[in-house]
Amino acid sequence: MGDKENKDRYEEALESLENIAEQFYEQLDDGEVPSMDIPTRSKTNIELDRRKGVWKLGDSTTNRSANNLKSSRMLLRTLYMLELIQDMIEEGKSSTLREMYYISEGWDKAQFSKQNQSDSLAEDMELVTGALREDFKLRPEEDGARLIGDITVEEVNRKGDVRTINCRDDVGDSGYTIPYNVESDKVNFSDVNVDFMIAIETGGMFDRLVENGFDEQANALLVHLKGQPARATRRVIKRLSEEKDVPVVVFTDADPWSFRIFASVAYGAINTAYLSEYLATPTAEYVGITASDIMSYDLPTDKLSKNDRKALEQELEDPRFDTDFWKEEIETMLDIDKKAEQQALAKYGLDYVTDTYLPEKLGEMGLM
Amino acid sequence: MASIAEKLADKQQEISVGEFFERNKHILGFDSLTKALVTTVKEGVDNSLDACEEAEILPEIKVEIEEVGDREYKVAIEDNGPGIVKRKVPEVFGKLLYGSRFHEISQSRGQQGIGVSAVVMYGQLTTGKPTKVRSKINEKDYANEMKITLDTKKNEPEVLNEEVVLWEGKEHGMRFETTVKGLLRRGKHSVFEYLKNTAIVNPHAKIEFDRDGDKTVFKRATDQLPEKPEAVMPHLKGIELGTLAKMAKNADRRTLKSFLKNEFSRISYSKAEEICEEADIDPKTNPSDLEVEDHKDILNAAEEVKLMSPKTDCLSPIKGMLIKKGLKNVLKGNHPEYYAPPTTRDPNVYSGNPFQVEVGLVYGGELEKEGPVKVLRFANRVPLLYKKGGCATTTAIKNIDWRIYDLDQKGGKGMPSGPAVILIHVASTRVPFTSEAKEAIADIPEVIDEIEKGLRECARSLRTHLNKEKKRKKVKKKFTVVNDILPMIAKKSAEIIGEEPPELDRSLTKIMGVVYIEEESSWEDGRCKMEIEIMNYTPKERDMELFFEKPYPETELLSSNVEPDHEGDHLEWKIEDLEPSETRTFSIEFDGDLEKDDLDGTDIYIEGVGETKLIGAEPLPEDWDIELTDIEEED
Repeated sequence: MGDKENKDRYEEALESLENIAEQFYEQLDDGEVPSMDIPTRSKTNIELDRRKGVWKLGDSTTNRSANNLKSSRMLLRTLYMLELIQDMIEEGKSSTLREMYYISEGWDKAQFSKQNQSDSLAEDMELVTGALREDFKLRPEEDGARLIGDITVEEVNRKGDVRTINCRDDVGDSGYTIPYNVESDKVNFSDVNVDFMIAIETGGMFDRLVENGFDEQANALLVHLKGQPARATRRVIKRLSEEKDVPVVVFTDADPWSFRIFASVAYGAINTAYLSEYLATPTAEYVGITASDIMSYDLPTDKLSKNDRKALEQELEDPRFDTDFWKEEIETMLDIDKKAEQQALAKYGLDYVTDTYLPEKLGEMGLM
Repeated sequence: MASIAEKLADKQQEISVGEFFERNKHILGFDSLTKALVTTVKEGVDNSLDACEEAEILPEIKVEIEEVGDREYKVAIEDNGPGIVKRKVPEVFGKLLYGSRFHEISQSRGQQGIGVSAVVMYGQLTTGKPTKVRSKINEKDYANEMKITLDTKKNEPEVLNEEVVLWEGKEHGMRFETTVKGLLRRGKHSVFEYLKNTAIVNPHAKIEFDRDGDKTVFKRATDQLPEKPEAVMPHLKGIELGTLAKMAKNADRRTLKSFLKNEFSRISYSKAEEICEEADIDPKTNPSDLEVEDHKDILNAAEEVKLMSPKTDCLSPIKGMLIKKGLKNVLKGNHPEYYAPPTTRDPNVYSGNPFQVEVGLVYGGELEKEGPVKVLRFANRVPLLYKKGGCATTTAIKNIDWRIYDLDQKGGKGMPSGPAVILIHVASTRVPFTSEAKEAIADIPEVIDEIEKGLRECARSLRTHLNKEKKRKKVKKKFTVVNDILPMIAKKSAEIIGEEPPELDRSLTKIMGVVYIEEESSWEDGRCKMEIEIMNYTPKERDMELFFEKPYPETELLSSNVEPDHEGDHLEWKIEDLEPSETRTFSIEFDGDLEKDDLDGTDIYIEGVGETKLIGAEPLPEDWDIELTDIEEED
């Protein structure tokens, strides 16, 4: 995207934001109670887009009205946030979500009491306007995660110069760090020489595979998810999968929370279901650790906590997990009442994961 | 009373009244030193109240207690009643069981006690001192004063010295001073508690208590005398055998038939004949010739023959607003947040006796939150302080699952707990006491049922109030919305699109949807100021009426920014065309020796706004007719 295109993008976002202010104004002028409809973000309001294979937001909406204290405050905050975005676009500045939370200290009664409130409201604004938060000049503070493997990235740096970086040869052992903006105006992939990519939940396991040289051994791109992956990380995975046809596998712990990490990579997260089209990679496959791995590899385990069990039971109700594979995984885990970490494989030695476990599992998938 | 009289009459041949008194101390209310003192005060005060009401005088009663020795007190009780003519004084004070009422019965305090002569006897037996009585009747310029003792062998009064005195500043009244053994305590069985509770159910009385110079005054909360209870003939169905025997023996009538018709209520000649036939007694028999067996037959016959229920309009309940006034007069220091509209049940009948139940309930504020709710029990306007556990009032309270009315109650059984005071008043021509000591009301199913129904009515009001309190809190939050948030939304949205801020009134009333009343009062030097704000936060223009109940009849309206449309025991304003989001303010100032807590929001009533839309005041209670007659007369 060029400069002009960028400007249009911001103008468009701004216009749709100003529509919200206009709506409140008109409601008041008509003697009505100001309110806005916001698509409901809950697991009961996501539906499968069969053509694209991702879970997207459904049609149900929630009315946020000035009728009660809590939501009237949210409406006021909406206006303040809107004004901030207006100013930032005018001045060519941007702020992190955390900065915006602190800026709200000066917003009198519209001040946020917790950052998750301001983060969530920014998501609401994306939802209502159809724009992305980047269009609002808002960005997350966390950087995207790391990449190691034989692909070449062209990144426009802060000086506007294009840097070409091979993610195996031009980086240290911590890899290439994904910037928060990974759209084509910032990042492009020129040379992709991997057979597949493996997205890894924990830093410990990512570093194990790096040290063991698994990227070269399996001709794979290693991606560190850092727990629940940031938007930029998911977007990179999506783009590589879509633009360069790189198959994606996800390698996590065996517990209910890791299942959700996989779901957000593959199917889309409930909170950002309206962005699933950009972020979800429906072809991603789960390599492990599965509940049945716990038994067949006889891994060291922990007992499921009360919260773990509750999470699993919720997943049984979650439409994203409504497949034979996941139903069986979840029920098995509930049955054996155990969970295991990725690093439990070290029971059989440090090389076991790269020499035995992954080759066996990836072999079954035809990737090794 | 009658059956003690009976016993006494039977025993009198054998033993002296002194001995009788000794043996029956527990029945007569002198079984402990603490109780003896309470009984002493009670007999005097009850007599004074009865006498004042009989003469239609607003009672002013002084009670003085002075410690004069080891467990020895001088008790003086003075009233502004009609006084007693000189020749009757010795009989009233010096003859046990002397009374004017005989055949006729009525709702009176007197039926609950042994009579003031028992106090004279108790003082005489415990300290050896006579009782000094002073009486002045309206017709005389002077008062009679005499010292009285009782001849315990003959049950006859002895007058020690008698003189004529001037009673400065007194038109009429009585005073007696007696010295008794006793123990003056504080707490729930104290003289103070008795007087305080008496003040609650007798808001027309002014009661002063001087305890060794430490004075408390229970002010008069109304100058309306209670309606005089009507004296009626007894109903044959509810009468005790002894009473029937006594009546028959002293009957003026020559035949049983005429005796039955004329000395009992609801008996015609034909009914009388029917009873005689059923009892198999000649209607021409002279009633004084009847034997005990005949009396029994007559009572049995009365059960068989269909008799009309007794008249019930002979009772004089306290009634709603006055109960509230009485409660408020005494409890205002606790700043209760809510007075449930007191309930006066319709009169009912238990075995031939009319009775009527009244219930009041006060909640919240600084009332004791811990422990069981406080229960104030009354029979014919007399406080019952003892034997709470064995009283029908307690049974009725325990029968109710209070949890459904938002009061705490362990397991839905037993006494409820929380910051509440429950008042129960049973009025009857014959209160069904558990024993001759007359300290608790018997578990008569009809009585329990009426008490329970009364309690439930008050409890329902409480529940409604508590729900409204929740709503009030919600509404308070909405104030933040309309006062703080909405104007900011208007301003911001206007700024963003470059317009002038829009008018907010209509949106604001849609958000609130209530009429909100807020009051603030201040006090200085016996004067109270109150500011009442009425805010129409509904989208409709409204008319309503504002009522304010004055704390005392002598409370004087000093000033009001808006002239009231009516002024009497309460003030009344018509409020017309109150626009949406309009506020009207009423600033009123009162004088009349007021105390700090005399005025508060529980005295404000609004008529003309649906209860669900009314926040901060109560709708006008249904029995708000106390003064209507006055208003009609004025017009």
